[in-house]
Amino acid sequence: MAFASLRSLRPAILSNPLPKGPHFGIVAEFGTPADLYHACERVRDAGFTRWDAHTPFPVHGLEGAMGLRRSPLPWIVLVMGLTGATLGFGLQWWVHAKAYPLVISGKPYFSWPAFIPITFELGVLFAALGAVLGMLGLNRLPMHYHPLFRSKVFERVTDDAFFISIESWDPRFDAAATPKLLESLGARSVELLES
Amino acid sequence: MAHTDAELLDNPVAGRPTLILRSPDFHSITEVVAEAVERPTPLGWWVFFLPSVALLGLLGIAVSWLFWEGIGVWGLNVPVGWAWDITNFVFWVGIGHAGTLISAILFLFRQKWRTSINRAAEAMTIFAVMCALMFPGIHVGRVWVAYWMFPIPNQMGMWPNFRSPLLWDVFAVSVYGTVSVLFWYVGLIPDLATMRDRSKTPVRRFVYGFFALGWRGSVRQWHHYESAYLVLAALATPLVLSVHSVVSMDFAVSVLPGWHTTIFPPYFVAGAIFSGFAMVMTLMLICRVAFGLEHIITLRHLDYMAKIMLLTGSMVGYAYATEFFTAWYSGNPYEFFTFKNRALGPYAWAYWTMITCNVVSPQVFWFKKARTSIPILFVLSIVINIGMWFERFVIIVTSLHRDFLPSAWGYFTPTMWDVSCLIGSFGLFFTMFCLFVRFLPMVATAEVKTVLPQADPHFHRGPDREIRAGAS
Repeated sequence: MAFASLRSLRPAILSNPLPKGPHFGIVAEFGTPADLYHACERVRDAGFTRWDAHTPFPVHGLEGAMGLRRSPLPWIVLVMGLTGATLGFGLQWWVHAKAYPLVISGKPYFSWPAFIPITFELGVLFAALGAVLGMLGLNRLPMHYHPLFRSKVFERVTDDAFFISIESWDPRFDAAATPKLLESLGARSVELLES
Repeated sequence: MAHTDAELLDNPVAGRPTLILRSPDFHSITEVVAEAVERPTPLGWWVFFLPSVALLGLLGIAVSWLFWEGIGVWGLNVPVGWAWDITNFVFWVGIGHAGTLISAILFLFRQKWRTSINRAAEAMTIFAVMCALMFPGIHVGRVWVAYWMFPIPNQMGMWPNFRSPLLWDVFAVSVYGTVSVLFWYVGLIPDLATMRDRSKTPVRRFVYGFFALGWRGSVRQWHHYESAYLVLAALATPLVLSVHSVVSMDFAVSVLPGWHTTIFPPYFVAGAIFSGFAMVMTLMLICRVAFGLEHIITLRHLDYMAKIMLLTGSMVGYAYATEFFTAWYSGNPYEFFTFKNRALGPYAWAYWTMITCNVVSPQVFWFKKARTSIPILFVLSIVINIGMWFERFVIIVTSLHRDFLPSAWGYFTPTMWDVSCLIGSFGLFFTMFCLFVRFLPMVATAEVKTVLPQADPHFHRGPDREIRAGAS
């Protein structure tokens, strides 16, 4: 259903981003996008919910392998864009028909076709701000501290390394069994991270 | 390095063009792009940077004198009240449009070759818009009341005229500048994180880390990020078309022969993309050699850009012909006089410079030899930009200098302050561009990595791949 993506909006923005307790969780490195893809499918099928994959670039189809819902971002953009367009049109109507009515080139006060370019521009401006701020909000950025940054190997996530992280507050997380699962899926290394 | 025909061969396995040569792995892409920023400042950079800063200083002097003395220091007169100021404005806005075409329109059309050049092209857009925004700002005469252009509540109870194309322009260009910066910054976030994670010094780590916002390449983040990128591309596409359309309406909505014509919006947009691609070409030809990026920005990329220049150049040529035909076919004596006067009158030299540079010269791009020859591409990219500057000069000045009454006719001659403002704006542009290539990754590494064959999750390394890797 079209509105299903909206359900993830509230928890995405309002919930606490990090698990409580001494351990953040585990992070496992995988060799290639293909290995990561298949491992993600298995982690998804094992029923984990508080986990993530990390890649240097967007890997095509990985959100499907992780079982992610569609992003609600386009709805934010639509609302912002319509707000901007309405404000733009309203401002021009108010200025020319209400606050300071002035005959210019013999046109009527409410000469709406001449208001369209600025209505459009303000709609685009608000929509673009909505896209960027909405994306940052949904991604909970800026967040300059994160337990993952404690890991030395994780520094290569922005270069050429691929990771799966499973957080300790996942109901299926088990400090002994979960690392074994990731190793069986082909992880090169598995690391336990403090909070 | 030498380029052979073998490098332009298609990838036989995927059945798609090989976009990045020398079969690099992910790390070598990061390495070559980040290293250009991390190494000590090369001498060659100063060779470009210092003259640019000198020209920027000249711009500072020219603009200060203009503010002190007034716009009479330019060669403006009655009837030519707009000349190089607005020519420069339209020229620079047009330059910017290729960046948005590459980053947004080619993205929507899934043209993967854009990934090698989009970062630098978007940077070029932003710097070109900075230059463009300056000219309408300084040409108003009383710059200290330039804020009257914005709808700011004030003690006079006075509002701008929203029905005027000149005000549409204020909104269009400033929204365009803002959205271009947003688009560019969103694209930069993953690469800033790469720079952060490679930093050797605390200062670099702090500065790149601050602007990387704590990006950690999470797929849940990429998921929203890609959605935002797609939406921004979808917004920037109609925006860029609207911007030069609105710029053209500054002229088209007036009743002046030579300006008052419905062909202007599409004709201006085509010309903008034409000149912008020429500027991208000039910059990329220098950067790919200076930073050793010949395997990322390949002859294939240059070939594609030359094809777009041929297309848009021919569209511009068609528009010139249509204008002439309509001037004759309309039966309007003023309109036809204006066009005859353009081709044969006192500014004929400018008109034929424009035709030679914009319509005749790009025709050599019908030949693949020309499209893949670095010297030809470099010379023509500069010739085309000269031609496109002249196009705006021809449109603006030739339409103004012959008024309806012969007693009001005039001729515009630039002063040294006109020239200083023009070459000074190039100083501003190249200073910004030099700073960009020194401090920021000039290729979108996260995007380039996605077009490598091994980025596909269904890629499996097999004997075929090794053969392909050996062949290219």
